[in-house]
Amino acid sequence: MGAIFSFFVVAILIVVALVGVKVAGFTYLFGVILPYLAFLIFTVGMIYRVIKWSKSPVPFRIPTTGGQQKTLPWIKQSKLDNPSTGMGVVGRMILEIFLFRSLFRNTRTELHPGPRLAYKWEKWLWLAGLAFHWSFFIVLIRHLRFFTDPVPSFLRIIEGLDGFLQIGVPRLLMTGVILLGAVTYLLLRRFYIPQVRYISLPADYFPLFLIIGIASTGILMRYFTKVHIVGVKELTMGLVTLNPVIPEGVGTIFFIHLFLVSTLFAYFPFSKLVHLGGIFLSPTRNLANNSRMIRHVNPWDYPVKIHTYEEYEEEFREKMKMAGIPVEKE
Amino acid sequence: MATKAKPPKPEELAKISYKPPEKGWMETKAEFKPGMWCYGARPKNLQAVDFPNPRDWSPADEDWKLPEDWKEIFLNGIKERLERYRTFHVFMDICVRCGACADKCHFFVGGGDPKNMPVLRAELLRSLYRKYFTASGKIFGKTAGARELTLDVLKEIWYYYFQCTECRRCSLFCPYGIDQAEITIIGRELLNLLGLQTDWISGPVANCYLKGNHLGLEPHTIKSNIEFMIDDIETITGIRIEPSFNRKGAEILFITPSGDLFGVPGVYTCMGYLMLFHELGLDYTWSTFASEGGNFGFFTSMEMAKRLTAKIYSEAKRLKVKWILGGECGHMWRVWNQYLNTFWGPPDFLEEPVSPITGTKFENARSAKIVHISEFTADLIRHGKLNLDPSRNDHLRVTFHDSCNTSRGMGIFEEPRYIIKSVCNHFFEMPENTIRERTFCCGSGSGLNAGENMELRMRGGFPRANAVKFVRDNYGVNVLANICAIDRAALPTLMDYWVPGVQVAGVTELLANALVMKGEKERTQDLRLEPLPGKGESENV
Repeated sequence: MGAIFSFFVVAILIVVALVGVKVAGFTYLFGVILPYLAFLIFTVGMIYRVIKWSKSPVPFRIPTTGGQQKTLPWIKQSKLDNPSTGMGVVGRMILEIFLFRSLFRNTRTELHPGPRLAYKWEKWLWLAGLAFHWSFFIVLIRHLRFFTDPVPSFLRIIEGLDGFLQIGVPRLLMTGVILLGAVTYLLLRRFYIPQVRYISLPADYFPLFLIIGIASTGILMRYFTKVHIVGVKELTMGLVTLNPVIPEGVGTIFFIHLFLVSTLFAYFPFSKLVHLGGIFLSPTRNLANNSRMIRHVNPWDYPVKIHTYEEYEEEFREKMKMAGIPVEKE
Repeated sequence: MATKAKPPKPEELAKISYKPPEKGWMETKAEFKPGMWCYGARPKNLQAVDFPNPRDWSPADEDWKLPEDWKEIFLNGIKERLERYRTFHVFMDICVRCGACADKCHFFVGGGDPKNMPVLRAELLRSLYRKYFTASGKIFGKTAGARELTLDVLKEIWYYYFQCTECRRCSLFCPYGIDQAEITIIGRELLNLLGLQTDWISGPVANCYLKGNHLGLEPHTIKSNIEFMIDDIETITGIRIEPSFNRKGAEILFITPSGDLFGVPGVYTCMGYLMLFHELGLDYTWSTFASEGGNFGFFTSMEMAKRLTAKIYSEAKRLKVKWILGGECGHMWRVWNQYLNTFWGPPDFLEEPVSPITGTKFENARSAKIVHISEFTADLIRHGKLNLDPSRNDHLRVTFHDSCNTSRGMGIFEEPRYIIKSVCNHFFEMPENTIRERTFCCGSGSGLNAGENMELRMRGGFPRANAVKFVRDNYGVNVLANICAIDRAALPTLMDYWVPGVQVAGVTELLANALVMKGEKERTQDLRLEPLPGKGESENV
């Protein structure tokens, strides 16, 4: 249900852009106003989100420890999975953010007759996740060529590497294909793994369909419909220099692409996609396991009612004396 | 109260279906199955610690006798905790429902109920968060994964938040470190605001608050229990040990969970402590007041956890000791390692812990001044301070169960293994996906080790038991060693159910078996008063 709903929402978005541009001719709306608005919502929304999280304090230092603690000098500490210093935490976070360290541990549990449980190799989710995020990131970086003039050399290098297979004209860029492949895998696993299907919400399918739409229109433009690239660059440079223009002859498909991207940006801060920011703030990962070495302070700590030794002795004094246990007051 | 439901036979229980129901989870009401939940808290136990809404109630009742404004209390509780815990706030927002955590939970593996997938357990609360605290949830409702708080939803949260042992295994695999233990802790705090506590938790909490320990052992009983052990030690070794209680000026205060003071096999571990400390001539004292290292308060609310730990440092101060040594326990060490210093520190009246035997400074405990018995003992063995005869454990083929709390809330893996390997000749690891940081829970942690929820416990413990079965069948393992009092209380039942023939022992018990004490008679029995291999009666047969 969630999948069908989300699919139709994305389909409607495409139709809206199509009709809006082709029939109604709202090119300025779709080419200028909505992209600006989306970028604004994204920026303000993400800042707001991160500030809101940061306002919630971290009362306790509770990292999930994934290896040997720092202890006696002759026992080797697992410095990255159970860091005790700031440097260790930085290392752990780098592994998490760039390589998805935790997800790399993933296994698949199987129940066999016996009964016997088996934990099987299962790195596909990790692999697809990594492929998806990295290729998306590189695709995003590559798009900076539309917003810079002259195009910096590092972008040319990235593009060169991306197209090193040297297939076709224009040259095939791997990341676009990988992105589409990985996001399709992530969608299919939501359909075919019963548990994942059971937990999936419309909010899980929607961004996947949206990104499939974005990647597909991008690929269509580059390799098949051959969009009027000079016009596109004129438009994007206009946006980035705050002198928006709508050149003639930019195909409708470009506006559809841009509208889907705008939707993604605007949707981002209100969705699960905020994990992009949240991962940095996750207290089970970004803290050192050193509460016994350095005291962590709880900013909202308050006095609590306790039962004191004096009250305890008051109640049990006679029994303690009888048992020969020393007391404060005879 | 209902009569205790007996769990089905293991063959029956092992028929687990992981197929989710046709209907969506929001439309599926929680069904309270006998043997899967604990009795409700009795009013006197809530009153003892000023917890809200004390009354007689049973989770099986239609009417839970909630306060009139229970919804408001619950929702305000969520709001307050969103503002207090970054964990909770971030975890409510960033889950992408990738499902990596799903088959990592022992309750899901052992039961197949989809709401025991950590992701869905969290969604039970997250759906309320969306409904009442996010714009999209308010506007789009169910489409945005939001739902109203109703009595059925509340009951569902109760049912499943007491089917989580806060073991953090899901958190290890989560790409964002979302920790269901943290969400369960907060969820239980919210339930506690309405008096929805279990009796198996609230009883020990009340006891611990008033009498110093979960079991409610009074000072003279603690002493006499230990004296019984001393008699047994004398029978075994010929040595009479004279420990001290509430003695001022001792160098070290020793605190262990009260489970070690009562009932087998916990007492054997306790005998181990007594023998080790005697052999070292350690200047230490027991306290009848700080007679509990464990903390069932941690399973009700953070505030109660704090209230129950007050006595750890205050008693150390009163007795003017230099530092604190802690016995074998799981959640006790999670609290001591990650919370205690924040709750009640800095304990400046104590000194940085130094082993009086080896001179080793315990650098990792320099601020909190609390040392784990396995850290202490491993250091002793490393420095050759103990005379050990591992052949006394030759009748034991040992494997080691890493407790969830000491694994994923501390990381003490090598110390106990080093000790076991020094005192046992036959040590075998369970499969690597079931040990160390990936260890499986005993299924009875976080206050779920009651009698009435036996099916739940046997299901939750299934992955652990199954790994033990592997080493029993392949290597003839007959002892499951551990460093946790809950394990010692819960695992024997689990072993009898799934893997008969495997005994449960604390690491210090194994150590004391092998410990050659000065002036001891030739030992013919182990700590359980069973004949040692090749010694005593068995020799004459």
